[in-house]
Amino acid sequence: MIYWQLFRTFMIIGVCCFGGGYAALPFIQGWVVDRYAWLGMEQFIDVVTISQMTPGPIGINAATFVGTQLAGLPGAIAATLGFICPSVVIVLALSRFYFKYRSLELVGGVLTGLKPAVAALIFASTVTIVRSALWETGVLTEPNLAALCIAAAGFLALRRAKAGPMTVIFGSGVAGLLVYGLLGVK
Amino acid sequence: MEQSKRKLYWTLFSSTFVISAFTVGGGMVIIPLLQKKFVDELKWLEQDEMLEMVAIAQSSPGVMAVNAAIIIGYRLAGVAGALVTVLGTVLPPLITLSLISLVYAWFASNRWVAAALRGMKAGVAAVMADITLKLFAGVYKTGKIWCMALCVLAAAAAVLTEVNIVFIILACGVCGGVMSWLERRRSA
Repeated sequence: MIYWQLFRTFMIIGVCCFGGGYAALPFIQGWVVDRYAWLGMEQFIDVVTISQMTPGPIGINAATFVGTQLAGLPGAIAATLGFICPSVVIVLALSRFYFKYRSLELVGGVLTGLKPAVAALIFASTVTIVRSALWETGVLTEPNLAALCIAAAGFLALRRAKAGPMTVIFGSGVAGLLVYGLLGVK
Repeated sequence: MEQSKRKLYWTLFSSTFVISAFTVGGGMVIIPLLQKKFVDELKWLEQDEMLEMVAIAQSSPGVMAVNAAIIIGYRLAGVAGALVTVLGTVLPPLITLSLISLVYAWFASNRWVAAALRGMKAGVAAVMADITLKLFAGVYKTGKIWCMALCVLAAAAAVLTEVNIVFIILACGVCGGVMSWLERRRSA
């Protein structure tokens, strides 16, 4: 049955992918394109594009898209459920452990080391996002000026006016519509 | 169900639902949003606790945003809370993607959609730069030289090499355990 197959396949992908949504894409390709041929390579590229374009975690987006293409809404639900099942079990187990033992000295020490790690990883992800959003050509001397202005305005709003992140993201979307859509800036 | 409990579940569901709907461009973007909601606005979590939970979410398999939702839901309302936050995180992409896959060709080639998305990406860049500065300030405020050094090394590894981030987290955890142990021995 296709629903069970989708559920099982995405459960395996869910167990395998460590390190964020992008890490899931090669696994999805391996199973969905190479092994089962549920999608062609062209369709898979569509999955990647659309997962990046739409809001929401990329892994979930991809699971939903593949599920929908193969078996409609029930397929999307089966794939998504399969994908998150291993996470729910593993993260709940780790959470129990964390809340039980975090006051122990050794565990506290380990957790102290995680703080700089998370800051560093978020910095790395910021570098990637800033590069792809503001330097679309990839050349350092050719930033996209309009994007640079939108980002600078958003940054000032966050820092000086204490605006919320959602307000800034939404406002930037509206600014994008005006600048790129209405005025036709490249 | 009693009133207060129902309200707690509803707040968890609606917060994660809205946050998930706004995470454009990858799991890490969810962190400033969660921080704003659960640490700054609701004051249900401490900043340090939040960061530890993010590290656990990062080192577990699956999608970062879902993992973070599970651990926050569990911390605030047990296993039932975790299920509520997972539902809140998964529903928006499920709904949007199901709709978009019907009109995929139109969506992918529409210039207005592209314009709004380009703008949103620039906004996300600002949001991420803001949270990065806040987190760096937090590391600086610990006053521990080894924490700052670890942060620089981890950032270099993450930006310049292709090493899986799970290994970076594990290595930093081990360093943290060893350094804290040394600190205690010296002061004893």
